[in-house]
Amino acid sequence: MRFEDEPVPGYPLPILPGHTSPGRFERVLRAGGFAITTELAPPDSADPEDVYRRARVFDGYVDAINATDGSGANCHMSSLAVCALLTRVGYAPIMQISCRDKNRIAIQGDILGGAAMGVCNILCLTGDGVQAGDHPQAKPVFDLDCVSLLDIARTLRDDHHFQSGRKISFAPRVFLGAAENPSGPPYAWRPQRLAKKVAAGAQFIQTQYCYDLPLLRDFMNHVEGLGLLDKVFILAGVGPLRSAKTAEWMRKNVPGMHVPDAVIARLGGAQDQAREGRNICIELIQSMREIRGVSGVHIMAYRQEESVAEIVDKSGILQGRSPWYPERDAATQSQRKAQ
Amino acid sequence: MYAVRAWSVRHARGLNAFYRGFERCLVRLHGVFCAIGYERSERPVAAVEKAVKGLLFDCRMCGQCVLSSTGMSCPMNCPKSLRNGPCGGVRADGNCEVKPQMRCVWVEAYRGSERIPGGLESMSKVQFAVDQRSQGRSSWLRVAREKGEEKGGGTPKGAP
Repeated sequence: MRFEDEPVPGYPLPILPGHTSPGRFERVLRAGGFAITTELAPPDSADPEDVYRRARVFDGYVDAINATDGSGANCHMSSLAVCALLTRVGYAPIMQISCRDKNRIAIQGDILGGAAMGVCNILCLTGDGVQAGDHPQAKPVFDLDCVSLLDIARTLRDDHHFQSGRKISFAPRVFLGAAENPSGPPYAWRPQRLAKKVAAGAQFIQTQYCYDLPLLRDFMNHVEGLGLLDKVFILAGVGPLRSAKTAEWMRKNVPGMHVPDAVIARLGGAQDQAREGRNICIELIQSMREIRGVSGVHIMAYRQEESVAEIVDKSGILQGRSPWYPERDAATQSQRKAQ
Repeated sequence: MYAVRAWSVRHARGLNAFYRGFERCLVRLHGVFCAIGYERSERPVAAVEKAVKGLLFDCRMCGQCVLSSTGMSCPMNCPKSLRNGPCGGVRADGNCEVKPQMRCVWVEAYRGSERIPGGLESMSKVQFAVDQRSQGRSSWLRVAREKGEEKGGGTPKGAP
């Protein structure tokens, strides 16, 4: 879908009735589009071009780009900085905030700062433990958890004050999200946990990788049973697995990741395992689209970012639409200027 | 102690019932605490609370006890101090992402809450950000004071 008032980078969009952010991502979801988001791995560098290069591979295929916040507890460029760079040229980033590295003073400052720089979407996360990353000697903060973080972000936006009660003069206009892992124990309580996040302010959810469709269907049924489908947009997490060996490794080492044996066996039996991994991903996306309540997919292709375009293309989920990217409207814009 | 902590979750129902009674006594003592002064009672009561709850729940004395909403599994034992449910990193066997040898505090909390009547509902209530200033202070006194004042049982000495 194309919006008449698509932004010139740097200019805020008008907020539509019923929307909380001026962002394109919220618009796509509320207009009933099947949204596609992906993840940009922030560089280990101070060069802005490294960020732009990583973003360009998604041009024309995704509606929003998640900027991870020290994912896996590894040190990289900060999500706030990546988002600030991305909004400069007009991309729609989703700023991830993890509770692991910052206390509520820093986090609330980042929410205001991010919004001031054009960030319209914020994903509130707990964060992986420091033991998982490259700085296990670091102090974990966890002053907040993702639910209390959501509550604080919503208070900033809707009630115009900090957690302390001190007023702010201009509220951050943001669309708030959270993560959920349908494939982590206690399974029976996961939908309830999602309800809690919605109650605290989550408007969209991006899930952890879902390779187990029956489990996801069951989860979605419960979520529907709790009456959450008209309160929150759920984007199912997917990603291409490079090989059976990587899948095994990820299952063992990536917190909260569940890969069924059948998927690993299928990968192992294929001649070109990376290709098979992408095929599995494409099939998953097509099946997820059919599940009631799934409003989009979140494609996490760590170190295979270039495969996102192919996966989106082959799965046919865009149905002919072309998500915004910096050069998309160049032709129409120069026409307008000529007139 | 880990074994005692596990025992407490298994006996969540009984412990919760006991606490309900104990809380009523605390609230009745509001007048006494007012007379002694809440600040003066703080140290001895906190010491007793720490000893009892430390033994039963490995209590961390956050000062804002939510054990009744967490199936008698203390959420402050979670390495990420999560107070609103498990993170996404829980291992398939139900153990903690950070400490693989420990059961996830929230997997335990779910079990405990199933045993307490209405436990799952109260586990679903959003817990707001913890006030770090209460660390080390007595939750019992806090409850006595809040509920006592609610009942209109007078204000403590030195209160504005």
